[in-house]
Amino acid sequence: MPDPATEVEAAGLQAWETREGSAPASIVACPNGPLLVRGDFEIVTPDGVPVPRDRETVALCRCGGSAIKPYCDGTHKLMKFDTTRRRPVPEPARRAAEEAAG
Amino acid sequence: MKIPAPRGRVSATLLDLLQNRGGAGHANAYGSLNLLVDEALAGTPDLLRDEDLQLALFCLYELHYSGLDGVEDAAEWDPELIRVRARMEAAFEDVLRAVVPVPALPAPESEAVAESLFRLAADDKSPGASRFVAGKASVEQLQEFLILRSVYQLKEADPHSWAIPRLPVGRAKAALVEIQADEYGGGRVERMHSKLFGTTMEGLGLDSGYGYYIDLVPALTLASSNAMSLFGLNRRLRGAIAGHLAAFEMTSSIPNSFYARGFRRHGFSDEVTYYFDEHVEADAVHEQIAARDLAGGLAEAEPDLLADIIFGAATVLAIDAMLAEDQLTAWQAGETALLTPLANDGGGTAGAALAATAMAGGVTP
Repeated sequence: MPDPATEVEAAGLQAWETREGSAPASIVACPNGPLLVRGDFEIVTPDGVPVPRDRETVALCRCGGSAIKPYCDGTHKLMKFDTTRRRPVPEPARRAAEEAAG
Repeated sequence: MKIPAPRGRVSATLLDLLQNRGGAGHANAYGSLNLLVDEALAGTPDLLRDEDLQLALFCLYELHYSGLDGVEDAAEWDPELIRVRARMEAAFEDVLRAVVPVPALPAPESEAVAESLFRLAADDKSPGASRFVAGKASVEQLQEFLILRSVYQLKEADPHSWAIPRLPVGRAKAALVEIQADEYGGGRVERMHSKLFGTTMEGLGLDSGYGYYIDLVPALTLASSNAMSLFGLNRRLRGAIAGHLAAFEMTSSIPNSFYARGFRRHGFSDEVTYYFDEHVEADAVHEQIAARDLAGGLAEAEPDLLADIIFGAATVLAIDAMLAEDQLTAWQAGETALLTPLANDGGGTAGAALAATAMAGGVTP
């Protein structure tokens, strides 16, 4: 399988990095699903190394269930991931947060 | 594509006529083809599984794709052939509308349409072939799986591209082009999905030439491809092709992760599974765009198309359920899911391909 990281190096810059006047990044928060990111952005590790990326528009996991993080693999559908539901914060966590906030 | 072997009087007459257009007795041939088609349509117990009629329709559609070897390109717009195709299409569409269960229609608003489509896909109770492929399929069954899929995957995305000029300027058209650009590799040939599928086929010792295995593929698989062509080539069905693509994308990510697992289970390399791995990621993106912007955007722009958008999506689920049922029934009985089993004639069998893969991976046999 071609290693995307070396592919990027071999190709130099990606098409969307060299395009004049590409649109600023925009993020669509998909109900019960991922964050869809378009436009001019990059995804890097904490050390600034680019995360391999094979397409212009990406879907970022936000249900926590993806096997290919940071990207979405559709698992949210199996988890019945619900972006409208607010879970109550467990008591110990709430207390810790209050103490941390002083 | 090569000329397939005929499967009955309609396909035999059609293929003969295609190869002898303008020859002696040409005018009579049209007349007898029309009569045969009418007879066959009236007499078929199951049009979706009718080998003769689905092959004939597939060949007529193929004139709009890769053409047929030895048939003039001009045959594509032969008015007599278009007339025959229209008769078959009318009957085909009638059957689809009769057998495909369509849920209650949502409001013609983007989010309502997306929610309705996601629910339709989630409520689908078909077992699908993906779990069998992941856990049980033999190498021979994986080969059959690829041969069946190759009818569409070697021209992946093409049937939906017919819709691009048929959609109004706006959100739906932009969404379709965004999805299709990704399907075609984002400008990089080596990432084109149809090309990746060819690599997977070759990894199992199969020929990746378009149409190479056409004679082994049963009618229902041809019908699945014909439904896409029907929706894509008729402007009045542009809603159905948009819904079709949406449901297609929505039922892809998770099954593809299962397919990849099945191929890895047999020791096939990342290069062979790459097609499936790519689809897990790509289609998780595409399904969001297809549901909200393509299907939802089209419903907002042309509310009259709403019913067809949902019908097109439901068609994918209905045909896929039938395909899975036919394939699982055959495989679980230890029989071939093809018309005739693949002859492993030593011309590069899966075993040899697997051995080569293992060697390349540093595994000593």
